[in-house]
Parts: sequence; C-alpha cells; structure tokens
Amino acid sequence: MRDLSRRRLLLGASTLGAGTLLGGCEFVENGPSRGGLYGLSDTLTFATQRFLLRDQPLAREFSADAISAVFPTINTTDPDDPAYRRSKAQGFSDWRLPVRGLVERPAALSLSDLKAMPARTQVTLHACEQGWSAIGGWTGVRLSHVLASVGLKPEARFIVIRSVDGWWDSYDLFDALHPQTILAYGMNGGDLPIAHGAPVRLRVERQLGYKSLKYVSDIEAVARVDGLGQGRGSMVSELGFSWYAGL
Amino acid sequence: MLGAGDTRTRPRHPLWVRAAHWINAAAFLALAVSGTAILLALPRLFWGETGANDAPAWIVLPLPVDLERTGWGRNLHFVSAWVFVITGGLYGLASLLGGRLYRRLLPDRDQWHPRHLADEVRGHLGLSASDEAASGRRYNALQKLAYLAVIVVLAPTMLLSGLTMSPGVTSAYPELFTLFGGRQSARTIHFLSAVLLVGFLVIHVWQVLAHHPVRLMRGMITGRSAPWGEEA
Repeated sequence: MRDLSRRRLLLGASTLGAGTLLGGCEFVENGPSRGGLYGLSDTLTFATQRFLLRDQPLAREFSADAISAVFPTINTTDPDDPAYRRSKAQGFSDWRLPVRGLVERPAALSLSDLKAMPARTQVTLHACEQGWSAIGGWTGVRLSHVLASVGLKPEARFIVIRSVDGWWDSYDLFDALHPQTILAYGMNGGDLPIAHGAPVRLRVERQLGYKSLKYVSDIEAVARVDGLGQGRGSMVSELGFSWYAGL
Repeated sequence: MLGAGDTRTRPRHPLWVRAAHWINAAAFLALAVSGTAILLALPRLFWGETGANDAPAWIVLPLPVDLERTGWGRNLHFVSAWVFVITGGLYGLASLLGGRLYRRLLPDRDQWHPRHLADEVRGHLGLSASDEAASGRRYNALQKLAYLAVIVVLAPTMLLSGLTMSPGVTSAYPELFTLFGGRQSARTIHFLSAVLLVGFLVIHVWQVLAHHPVRLMRGMITGRSAPWGEEA
C-alpha cells in the first residue's frame, strides 16, 4: 500500500508535473488511479458519465440491414500463440475459458458451454479511438449470466479480462454486469471471424472499441485492481490511454 | 500602476471577462493542436453513422496519416475541453445574466440598418474609412456578429458534436445522433466548426494587430486602456 501511493505520486509527477499538487485520482474505490491533470480530467469524465448513465440505458441498437460492409480489424488479427494456433486448427473444440477469482465455483467453460447459455444478439455501432466507426451484429452470452452461473462473490468489485495476445483490461461491475456487455462468439449471423477475435471477444458497447477485447482467454473476479500491473487498470492505460473510455 | 481614478484611462474589460478570455485562448490552442493530432489517425471525413479507411469518404484531407498521436492527443484534448467548457459555461452564464451579452455584443438598433452594415463591410474591405471602427466606443456590428457567432453558435456546436462522438454520452442521450445525423456526421461537423473557429482566431488576431495592438492588448490584460484618439 505504501509502495502504491508512492508510485501514484511518481506517476502524477510525470504527467504535466502536477501530480504532487493533485495527487492520484482514483475513479472508484480500490480501482485504477491516474495522477496529474489527466487523472483529474479522467475522473471528471468518469463521474459525469456515471451520473448520466445512472439508470443504465442501453447503447443504440440497429436492425440487421444497417450492418456495415466495411468493418476494420486492427491490432492483432491472427494471434501467433502456439496454443491458440493448435486450438484454432481444431475449430476451438479444446478451447476453454477459465472463470476464476472471487467466484463460488471456478469453471473452465468450453465454446459449447457458452453457446448453451441464453444468447443475446445486438447490432451496435463500434467506435474506435482512431476515429472510424462501423456497425456490426454480435451474438453471445451476457457476461452477467456467466458470472452468475459461477456465483460471483459479494466482495468482487471488478472483472479482469485477459486476451491471448497479452492485452488485459478491467471493468467495474457497473459495466461488467450491463445487459449489453457480452462474450460474443458470433458476428453478423456467422461464427466470430479470427480477425475479429475468435473464438470469443468481449463487447462493451458504451465505451470505445479498445475496451472490447478480442481473443478472450481468462476472466477473473477481483476486489481491487490497484495492485495489478502499474495500478492503472488496463494495458492501454499503461500506454497513456484512459482506463474509462466512454468519451 | 493604473488606478480606478486614473483619468487618462478608461475601463474596457472587467476581470472575469479578461480571465475567461485568456484561459479559453490557451484552452482553444491546446484543443486545436490536440484535435489535429487525433485527426491524423484518420484524416478522412464521412457523413452518416459509419466511416473507415476502406469505406468511401466525403473528403480525404491532404494530411500525413499518423496513428501514434491519439494517446497524448486525446489526453490533452479532454483536459483542455474541460477547461474550455467550465470557463465558457461560467462566462456564458455571467454574460447572459449580467446583460453583457446584449449590451456589448448584440448590435444596436442603428447598427442593423442596411446602409450602416454596407458602410462597415466597405470599411472592413479597406474601400473606405469607417467612423465606427475608429471611434472605439462600441464594437462594430460585424465584430459583434462574429463574437456572437463564436459564443452562441460555434462553441456549443463544437461541444455537442464532440459529445456525439462519445459512446457513453450518446447512450444517455441518443437524440444527439438525430441532431447531427450520425456519429461520422458529428465528426465532420466538429471538424468544419473547428476550421471556422481557427478562421475566426486568425481574423481576430489580424484585426488586433491592424488596430492599435498595444492599446487593445493592454485593455484585455490590465482591463484599462487609454482613451481613443490618444496613443497609449
């Protein structure tokens, strides 16, 4: 804990040099923190949007004929992880998704386990921080259903999701349990393509695309994320992007 | 120092107006620079909801593509947007409630007269010397209209079109998509409004430089300036 608060100050000092004045801004209790002016601005944005979204509205959904002909794929489009390649060759029949951490019954779910759960299809607008946007149809199971099926413990506050390609991110329960937050195994009526994150990707519709991790490989329920990595809540936060990507 | 009793100067701008002016001048510069950095990731503009590199664009801007600038670009853009919105909001509220908006910025009755407006246009084009511009007792009508356009039209358009690009805000207010005609339309309008604002800035600075820059800068910094007709 000592070490963390010291690191927070150091992080702050490196951002516009204002960290020592403003301290580290923590969005949620035991959540990620960011120092300096950018931390302050992120906190304002997060608090404002949490207020605007307090009734948990859904992001817009479209009819299937709105689906875009062009849906870019960026970053990893075909992971070179050996285990992933083996699994891909077998049509992901041996693929397992660990759901662990603060849950009553840790599980390793297969693709057919997920497909046996109640499905949700949503046609939504994907907005990338690079500026492009495209409409896609996603079919999958609500993350809240998966978590309920393994018995999320009351002390769990965040869901940490990791990806085959080394990306990881965290979500507080406000977003993790939202009905449109799904583990998608289908896209536009077919199987989820490799380039879009097969066999399973996350969809977090009220935030920018970088929160919707592809190639999901691990789900962990935790009480706090301030001790993970650099304490900033996600891999992209450590590269300078905002943990909360609703803006 | 210039005191209130100094008879050689007259008050021009109260402190809150000067503070708002300079804070937002700095915020605007930061927004313009960071906005350009973000734009470089996709210097193409589209209408409607969707748009991407391989999708047909309305305009392809002749700018170098650079994907590595959105990190600092977004950070700086949003921190300066908060400064701009808070300062601009307080200024807007104060100038509306205090009456400054219509006393100083709404053209007076005589300034709406077509002949008066025509005189001003000729004066601005350098075709004739305008009495109004030289007197400095009040802003001229074109100047007032330019300020009003920025405060009442362009600044709110920037804010709303920017928020229409936010997946969080639009989940709460999907009406924003209807207002602008889609996310990419909002992005295009955000860009076009930014171009108009930069155009305003260029003309604004040029007008200051062309008309007693020392006196005008002194007025906006210290709040007082020498009476018109005498050089500061």
